Amino acid sequence: MNKYMIYLNTKRCIGCHGCEVHCKTNKNLPVGPILCEISHDPLKSLRGVPKTEFAFRSCYHCDDPFCVTICPASAMIKREDGIVYVDQEKCIGCMACAGACPWGIPQLNPDSGKAIKCDYCMERIDNNLKPACVSKCTTHALKFVALSDL
Amino acid sequence: MKKSVYSMCGMCTVRCPIRVELEDNRVTWIEGNSHLLGGAMCAKGSAGMALVDDTERPQQPLIREGGRGAGRWQKVSWHTAYDYITDKLKKIKVEHGPESIVVSSRSGPWQGMYETFCHALGSPNYANHDCTCGSNTHHASLSLNGVGRTGFVYDIKDANHLVLFGRNMFASLSIAENLQTLDMLDKGGRLTYVDVRQTMTGLKATRFFQVRPGTDYALALSFIHEVIRKEIYDKDFIEKYVSDFDELCSFVEQYSPAWAAKECGIKEKAIKDFVEEVAADMPRVIFHPGWNLSRYKDSFYASRALHILNVLMGNIEQQGGLIIPKEPGDCGVKGIRNLNCPKPDIKRADGVGWKYPHFDKNLGLAHLFFPAMRSGNPYPIKAWIAMRHDPFTGMPDPQEQKLAFDNCDLLVSIDTHYSEFGWYADVILPESTYLERDNPICLQKGSTPRLTVRRKALEPTFDTKPAWEIFKQLADRMDIGEHFPYNTIEELYEWQLEGTGYTIKDFEEKGFIPLTDKVIMYDRDKLDGQFKTPSGKIEIISKKLADAGLESLKPYESPIKPPKGMFRLIYGRSAVHAHGHTINNPLLHELMPENTLWINKKSAAKLNVGEGDVVDVVAENGVTERVRAHITEFIHPEAVYTVHGFGRQVPLQTRAYHAGMSDQKLMVGKLDDWDKAGGAINLCEVFVTVRRSSRNPKRRVEL
Repeated sequence: MNKYMIYLNTKRCIGCHGCEVHCKTNKNLPVGPILCEISHDPLKSLRGVPKTEFAFRSCYHCDDPFCVTICPASAMIKREDGIVYVDQEKCIGCMACAGACPWGIPQLNPDSGKAIKCDYCMERIDNNLKPACVSKCTTHALKFVALSDL
Repeated sequence: MKKSVYSMCGMCTVRCPIRVELEDNRVTWIEGNSHLLGGAMCAKGSAGMALVDDTERPQQPLIREGGRGAGRWQKVSWHTAYDYITDKLKKIKVEHGPESIVVSSRSGPWQGMYETFCHALGSPNYANHDCTCGSNTHHASLSLNGVGRTGFVYDIKDANHLVLFGRNMFASLSIAENLQTLDMLDKGGRLTYVDVRQTMTGLKATRFFQVRPGTDYALALSFIHEVIRKEIYDKDFIEKYVSDFDELCSFVEQYSPAWAAKECGIKEKAIKDFVEEVAADMPRVIFHPGWNLSRYKDSFYASRALHILNVLMGNIEQQGGLIIPKEPGDCGVKGIRNLNCPKPDIKRADGVGWKYPHFDKNLGLAHLFFPAMRSGNPYPIKAWIAMRHDPFTGMPDPQEQKLAFDNCDLLVSIDTHYSEFGWYADVILPESTYLERDNPICLQKGSTPRLTVRRKALEPTFDTKPAWEIFKQLADRMDIGEHFPYNTIEELYEWQLEGTGYTIKDFEEKGFIPLTDKVIMYDRDKLDGQFKTPSGKIEIISKKLADAGLESLKPYESPIKPPKGMFRLIYGRSAVHAHGHTINNPLLHELMPENTLWINKKSAAKLNVGEGDVVDVVAENGVTERVRAHITEFIHPEAVYTVHGFGRQVPLQTRAYHAGMSDQKLMVGKLDDWDKAGGAINLCEVFVTVRRSSRNPKRRVEL
């Protein structure tokens, strides 16, 4: 059962892409993989005013993740709290996970040759901190929500 | 070993407060100071970690070999570089006088150090970069309110309505200001945004005016007209503190909403509806008077009109309005000491103070050194030391600048990265990055003033030095070391804090020292003495401007339309880059490797240009920049737009090298096109031709 999710308050999001860099620097990632992403549709005129909405995507941490079952090295693991993460020790970098994921979420870290994906910064979660993208969101638009709270 | 250091960001010149975590001299985490920003930080801030590791920045002092700009450098020790510079400076001093030396820098809290060096050398010619930034806004406020652009802070969070003319705050980020604005909107406040195109800020606005380029002043005048006609102004405040209000009333009679609607290309009803909103929201309405308002030939007057609107709102020293910044004295404490040396009593080479008596003598106007460099009048300029200032990126027409700089015997660039100017200079002194250096303590005035400081988080990766040491070393060699009364940063901090009762340790708890625990406001009935104009009133008709032969209420002149087939070139910023400083940063380059040219959909169709096509952008004399097109219906058809800072030509910056286009290189002949009233260069008064580039292949002819 998934315990957490990241929620974007689109009213406060200014599309600054800060979260993407906060994530990369926390995971010490080189140029290449970007584990969370801010996107928006092209501007549309609403009563004469050009508008759009922003969307945030990292990993859905599926209830029944294909990436976990396909991993030949048992390196893709779903924790009890729902977080799906890559055990970097076990990963062999075959990237079967990326092929199995409907959204191609897992990416190759060219530095380590292994798969990397959003794990809600679980070391931070385990230390009662929030994921990097949420902690440092420029406008406090991203929220880390524990679903049991709802 | 793990440690945590409070400091100040340095990725752009907003200098947000930060906290840095380290492990064994490696940065592991940077966040916005939780006491002030709740951890918030922008993409640039996090990418500071990549700046430290970037090997494509100068790693030791460099002295030029071969011709200027040839890119051949001799790697030298700091002692050799200091000796080289000071031997040249001594020779220049003897042969041409100390006044032939210019020192320029970015604006900000540490200008005093660079200014002190310049003045102590015997030259009055220190200037900051404001001729391409806040000069118009600064002088507009000075002429009206008697205080400059830092003479007020904006209490946005408590406002009901914020009005922004091209202040694209959600791309040119200032996080504290951004948070205030979003909090204000969350509480049901209003945001009105005026620009020639839709922006991130416009997206958040409750009202958006897309105006014809160069008509901001017309719109602001019609606001004044309507506010006065409907008597939506603070009569008591005006009676008490404002002179010549009647002149303003008769001046704006001609500028009706109907007239402005036609001039700006917007709806008359929208202007009237806006003023209705203002009536409901006043006095908590803030008209932002502009940040980088060095744009059109009448930007000074547009800013003046916006300042006047604030005065009409009576929002000065009012919650949700413009607050007079408080100082240590207001908190009953003693202030810090800053480096200082009186300006030598010599006419400035840029004419500020004598040829142009209405400009702020302390800031100077960097672009007005070029006429002196070219002509030798009032005297020659022979050396230019650019402290984190890049004239070739900031000011128009670098080719023209080079011709003038070639009359100099010494060009020095002090910067963390290779600037375009540095690449042409004689000596590059690599400053340590903001994470690797200390800076002096600074005072942040405001409704709750505080002391802040940038502390070194880690040891420098390369053979780089902090500015306090560079200027001390240069000063000692020039025999002016007594103006820099320290040998170490600890001694400088001690000297700054002497008598305040604080020590540098007191910054460790929160990263700053609050000088008060409550908001300090003056009595609004006793603001006499706050407006430092000749009359002590807020002067609608400025005596200073009149003495300089300038109008205070300048009749509006319609901007010329671009000639057929041409466009007005407008520049701006993105949230992921800080002009030319960050283009080569690996992580920011990944987010935005190139800029684009925004072209209106209908204009693009006529040019047969589609999204992503390469276009040639051609200046009047044939100078051409090449870039990919972005086609949108949400930019005024008279304008094309690009993000400033790209099109760099430093080969050692492999990521930024020739990536995208440079707007300033297309501003041919525009170095001398500046605002005689406000002092800033008119950076949006250039017309360009756009054509589909021959670089778009028609078909593939190889295998």
